[in-house]
Amino acid sequence: MSASDSIDRTRRNLIVATSIAGGAAGVAAAVPFVVSMWPSERAKAAGAPVEVDISKMEPGELKVIEWRGKPVWVIRRTKEMLDSLKAVAGRLTDPGSRSSAQPDYAKNETRARKPEVMVMEGVCTHLGCSPQMKTAAAKGEMGADWIGGFYCPCHGSKFDYAGRVFKGAPAPINLPVPPYEYLSETKILIGDDKKGA
Amino acid sequence: MSGRLMTLWNWFDSRMPSIASEWRKHAAEYYAPKNFNFWYYFGSLAMLVLAIQIITGIFLTMHYKPDATLAFGSVEYIMRDVWGGWIIRYIHSTGASAFFIVVYLHMFRGLLYGSYKRPRELVWIFGVLIYLTLMGEAFFGYLLPWGQMSYWGAQVIVNLFGTIPLVGPDLALWIRGDYVVGDATLNRFFALHVIAFPLVLLGLVVTHILALHDVGSNNPDGVEIKKHKDPATGHPVDGIPFHPYYTVKDLVGAIVFLAIFCTILFFTPEMGGYFLEYNNFIPADPLKTPPHIAPVWYFTPYYTILRAVPPLFNSQFPGVLAMGIATMILFFLPWLDRSPVKSIRYRGTLYKSALTVFVVSFLVLGYLGTEPTTVWGQFGFDAFFLDTKDVATWVGRLCSVLYFLFFLLMPWYTARDRCQPEPDRVTM
Repeated sequence: MSASDSIDRTRRNLIVATSIAGGAAGVAAAVPFVVSMWPSERAKAAGAPVEVDISKMEPGELKVIEWRGKPVWVIRRTKEMLDSLKAVAGRLTDPGSRSSAQPDYAKNETRARKPEVMVMEGVCTHLGCSPQMKTAAAKGEMGADWIGGFYCPCHGSKFDYAGRVFKGAPAPINLPVPPYEYLSETKILIGDDKKGA
Repeated sequence: MSGRLMTLWNWFDSRMPSIASEWRKHAAEYYAPKNFNFWYYFGSLAMLVLAIQIITGIFLTMHYKPDATLAFGSVEYIMRDVWGGWIIRYIHSTGASAFFIVVYLHMFRGLLYGSYKRPRELVWIFGVLIYLTLMGEAFFGYLLPWGQMSYWGAQVIVNLFGTIPLVGPDLALWIRGDYVVGDATLNRFFALHVIAFPLVLLGLVVTHILALHDVGSNNPDGVEIKKHKDPATGHPVDGIPFHPYYTVKDLVGAIVFLAIFCTILFFTPEMGGYFLEYNNFIPADPLKTPPHIAPVWYFTPYYTILRAVPPLFNSQFPGVLAMGIATMILFFLPWLDRSPVKSIRYRGTLYKSALTVFVVSFLVLGYLGTEPTTVWGQFGFDAFFLDTKDVATWVGRLCSVLYFLFFLLMPWYTARDRCQPEPDRVTM
């Protein structure tokens, strides 16, 4: 029997159909494995809002709060810090925070509900490291034109006291501001802004 | 062999003749060029290190706990309380760096003697796949001690995937298995490190060697020994059986390697912070990035490329893309090289200069990746094009460009190079 001119169409079709069905079953069998790698229901359930008491914070102090496993910063900004925000505007990538992530009430010059209290996520928008506060005193390390802000140790991004990124840094946009609200003069709720927005 | 042993062997041989035939094919009658030099040690050394990593890894797994609350403590437990634990752990961590040293030298040998050129393209491609798998394996392994560098290194690398347009954030979430690097991430990296990637690695090593033994080994002269075969035996006249000639030669290499390896192991297992970074002796703290973080030395050339690219269109993806292309471009090497000769011995000044510039750039990129961008200070002047005044960032950019030019201009300069004629037979 010659192989080329006597293809059994019925058998060939059966092989094709079986292969397609088998392949589809193979893909379907991969589904539980792929979805098993998503965050579990328990991981999703974590992440409730956090309350912060700011009554004992000194001017210029930075407080780190854990919210959804991420560092959130609360900074009591001094007058010098707030003045520096205007001075650096020309050296920033996104001074108006147009492309950056923040609630509407933080989309202003100081990126805060109240200028003297800054709340933002301490997570670099480049690749997720947590930057460090470097005051104006750190000129020796940060360069002569440094007037204070944050520095990311991983890839060298620099931010001002409102989390706005300096030009020339690998981070593309400003540090995100999480949803938050004042429960009272001295209490902030991070992670929720339903009541007072 | 005594009569009894012979009988036993015959029992096996009659049931499984492939034991003897595979031995002949890959060792006793695998004819390798007789002019192998120093650079030809690193293939067998890579296999030796792989074996060391697997054996030490198995024993570490017996004591290690892949749990975010227990992992750091279990590694310290291995170091302090488990009998022999400290040395097993240090062999494994030193072995990781040794693996990359050996593999980089092995790859450099390929560049020197054109070992990736026709007909060995597949050998090279499987080799690059081994290299990439090894990078993954090393990365997963580095998370396991759950120190500060483990944590923040994983944070950065997983976020690299997060920068991919559209699917990135979901992909990063899927890789982590949580909204931040956490217990779920540690647990799955453990699975990938101890079973998935080692299996892939072993498979690729077998494929790499099978592909090599099908086409035969290259040599420092880059001439094909199969062109001249002894008419009586059919073996290449410039070839010698791998066993015993090269098994014995490689044994010498293994002894020298182990002497150096043990010196590092006993006297400076952390290698001044290059093999095991100091920050990794601090437990992972998701709220605080250490003041200076850098990847382990074998990733630093690519890390500098990542850092050198400024963000475009409000996205950091271009830097990630550049880093990805920097590794992927290796796959295309066999087709980028248009030179009529393989070995550096017969290449002209163009290729020699290009290779020198490439090696220097790669080393500078590697060095810069271990240091902060401020390491070489700042430019004293201002100009409109200076988006950053850090000298090191600009040197990193220059070296990144040179890295890519080595590959991108290769079709041009290798075709134009004034090569010397290759000899007909190998020289010693």
